Amino acid sequence: MKTQVYIIVVITSLTACKFNSSQKALPILGERHAATKTVNGQAVTDTVYSTIPAFKFVNQYGDTITDKSLNNKIYVADFFFTTCPTICPVMHRNMLPVYNEFKNTADFRIISHTIDPAHDSVPVLKKYADKLEIAGNTWWFLQGKKDDTYHISKSYLVSVQEMNPKGQYIHDGYLILIDKQKRIRGTYEGTDAAEVTKMIADIKTLEAEPDQVNAK
Amino acid sequence: MKVKILLCILLALGVLIISCQNDESIEFKRYYTSGSLVYQSHCQNCHGSQGEGLKGLIPPLSDTSFMRSNLTRLPCIIKNGLKGKIEIDHRSFEGEMAKIDLNPMELAQVITYVNNSFGNQLGMTGYEEVITDLNTCR
Repeated sequence: MKTQVYIIVVITSLTACKFNSSQKALPILGERHAATKTVNGQAVTDTVYSTIPAFKFVNQYGDTITDKSLNNKIYVADFFFTTCPTICPVMHRNMLPVYNEFKNTADFRIISHTIDPAHDSVPVLKKYADKLEIAGNTWWFLQGKKDDTYHISKSYLVSVQEMNPKGQYIHDGYLILIDKQKRIRGTYEGTDAAEVTKMIADIKTLEAEPDQVNAK
Repeated sequence: MKVKILLCILLALGVLIISCQNDESIEFKRYYTSGSLVYQSHCQNCHGSQGEGLKGLIPPLSDTSFMRSNLTRLPCIIKNGLKGKIEIDHRSFEGEMAKIDLNPMELAQVITYVNNSFGNQLGMTGYEEVITDLNTCR
């Protein structure tokens, strides 16, 4: 009898440890493949995760922003347009707590890509940021060639489409969390305040991961 | 036994009170409740669950004096959208509100809801009033 109790206790504590450790790291999302390389004359197989490719856009201050501007940054990306009457206001209302939580964190950024660059010029984006009371360099509103924006959206696993017959753009409201190695670590429904609260917690978890703390 | 009688009396009183509510207040509640659903599906994304708006981008709906002075314009504003500069809550807003495709009944319901939420107490806007107001749309 006593032995059984011991066994149960041991099993329970083991699973408890496993549970805890899985809580301390976020999953790595997106496509992956196994790559074999030669290290010290021996073949080593490793998992290679998909990363956000190189890009070049302009922010609300007219500064050029590339993938290099986000080197060694944890960042959140989304897609919107300033005249969006549906999900954008609620997405960015929900993003404000994220901005306020991390605006003094040097290695954190938010990037919002406009999918309507014809209307959303740099001054329009600046005005939008001002009205949202966004200052400094924590939250960039990015503008660029439409094709580039639509192309990069695929890397973030976000769906963006041209205008529908009613003249509205279709895009989904996901917020994508990217780590310092430019890998996708979380996707959150930006129109759901509870999901965004979870994202804030996940960003803190991510910041504490050894890979992120030691990133050069 | 005494308790039972007391309960019966209370119940009878309750029924009396409820049935004594005048038709107008029942109508108001019906408008208000339906209006809250219309609000959630057509207005809340932009104007917020508390009618708070969004910073300098989207005006709040809690400026009672604006609501009162534009009472008869509200059906047209919602139905045809709004463009240009407006002064709300001592702040200036500009931009564009999209047309919201609601029928007159839904307009009456949502206006009744907004005008009696978020600190507003402006009473009911009925279906007939909306029909009249819609005739004045530019």
